[in-house]
Amino acid sequence: MLDTAPAVRRAPGRTPSGRARQRRRPRFGPYLLIAPTVVVIAVLMFWPMIQIGIMSFQKVGNRQLRGEPAESVGTENFRTIFDDPFFWQTLRHTVLFAVVAVTLTLVVGTLVGLLLNKLGRRMSSFVAGGVMVAWATPPVTAAIIFTWLFGTTGGLVNWTLDLLPDVLVGGGWDDYNWFATPLSAYTVLTVCVVWQACPFVAVSVLAGLKSVPGELYEAARVDGSGPWRTFWQITYPILKPIFLVLIVMSIIWDFKVFTQLFVMAGMANRDSFNLSLYAYSEAFGSLNPKLGMGSAIALVLTLILLIVTAVYVRVMVRQGETR
Amino acid sequence: MTSSAKRTIRKAALNGTGLLVFALAVFPVFWMASTAFKPNNEIFSSTPKPLPSHPTLDHFDLVLNGGIAEVSFWQYFANSAILAVVTVVASSLLALMAAVAVARFRFRFRTTFLIMLLIVQMVPCEALVIPLFLDLKRLDLLNSLPGLVVVYVGFAAPFAIWMLRGFVAAVPKELEEAAAIDGAGPLRTFFRVLLPLVAPGLVATSIFSFITAWNEFIFAFTFLDDQDKYTLPIMLQFFFGRSGNAWGPIMAASTLLTIPVIAFFLLVQRRMVSGLTAGAVKG
Repeated sequence: MLDTAPAVRRAPGRTPSGRARQRRRPRFGPYLLIAPTVVVIAVLMFWPMIQIGIMSFQKVGNRQLRGEPAESVGTENFRTIFDDPFFWQTLRHTVLFAVVAVTLTLVVGTLVGLLLNKLGRRMSSFVAGGVMVAWATPPVTAAIIFTWLFGTTGGLVNWTLDLLPDVLVGGGWDDYNWFATPLSAYTVLTVCVVWQACPFVAVSVLAGLKSVPGELYEAARVDGSGPWRTFWQITYPILKPIFLVLIVMSIIWDFKVFTQLFVMAGMANRDSFNLSLYAYSEAFGSLNPKLGMGSAIALVLTLILLIVTAVYVRVMVRQGETR
Repeated sequence: MTSSAKRTIRKAALNGTGLLVFALAVFPVFWMASTAFKPNNEIFSSTPKPLPSHPTLDHFDLVLNGGIAEVSFWQYFANSAILAVVTVVASSLLALMAAVAVARFRFRFRTTFLIMLLIVQMVPCEALVIPLFLDLKRLDLLNSLPGLVVVYVGFAAPFAIWMLRGFVAAVPKELEEAAAIDGAGPLRTFFRVLLPLVAPGLVATSIFSFITAWNEFIFAFTFLDDQDKYTLPIMLQFFFGRSGNAWGPIMAASTLLTIPVIAFFLLVQRRMVSGLTAGAVKG
């Protein structure tokens, strides 16, 4: 897209073109142009973030929903959460799922990206088009399809596992309920999320590979470098900035996964909750909503994500994205 | 073995792997559509077949004409479509203005604004749903499509701006300068020069915003109470929860929800990637 010389990107505003731009700038123009967006973001994101912070120190329930003022409870919400083993269980689920899903997404996505790069032009866009279908599927649909694939009656996965020799996979798959234990439910969730997320990685990696000058590979081949070495010596360093962005984005997406887990396991299945489902169910899950508690859990989730976001912003600023 | 034979085998192996990846990627969606066309005895057959032997439209008929929970499918469809279209129009407008500002002007707080865009893209809607629920309740906008659309615009706009600014920056400034020298005012320059050139980018961002609104689940699920206000994903989840193992109609409804998104998505996918990882890939 916009291709600026490195010097210009490193020192914006100090180059001749930058100064020319500044001289012509109208006084209020850009501010008027961004004003509506700033208002929208302030009202819909920053203000609610502050509200989460406030509410996490309050009791907000049915009485408050009817209009009574919220009571301050100090740090009680947090003490309740941190003393509750259930919170630590949901946190463990969240972190473990993110680690496994992010790793798988990146490995599978990168492999597919490398494959797309090796394929001929038409074959490559054919396969890329197919991979896009996974990305495009709405999360609700994806969750329902995987529930059906891993279903107990008529589910294709159990049927296939039952066909395979018992020596390999064991027997009794016929009526195996994947959603009965957290581990198996998260296995299905991981397959579903990785299936949807790795196309983005694959296509980004492909875009990055396309920007690698062919001469580099030529030179490596002349020097007798094997494929493994070529990958780590040439491909990886060039793709590194892309990987950083992809890793951070994947962590953020997988950390707050909600829709798929909600559709698959539902609110009744507390054993397989993650942080976002826990926050949601405290806030809205019962006839006695505890929005203050929900906010406190949501605040923990948000703070974790903010740390990851800080890394992301740093990477983007370093790469000159905000220039 | 000759080197040309080796090359042929290598190519065949690569293409074979490519086809395998393709098959794995589309299989779940294929299985959804295939189930939707199967009669019940084939859906629950002890020897499932990839394609229906006796395709039927019964499940689609049930979803489209039977009405899911006393409300017509087309009502849900209309709700989703209205939300998506309003989101697209509003967020494109915001995005166009802001993208011109950041791509064409250097101003104080420009970097701050860009960093803010990055941060808000990462804000978890799973957390924001709690305060936004209370805010909308106070404004009496819960259980209403206008209340929901405002939230959608807020969530679609930051990424739309991020994506569109690349398209605006790619238009050579000289074109606008030439128009200005020819005596065109800023508005005229914008509509006659910049807008037509940015149009493809605007289409791409619009489709992105469309998909955001069309697929959105948690806000619609939390804010909407009346069934006749449900969007398609909520209808699907509701229907799924109620009808347990009626996989035929569930898959038919899923197919109807998914097809428009996939079609749109395949149109703009390349632009979306360049929008997300923009600078990282510009070598």
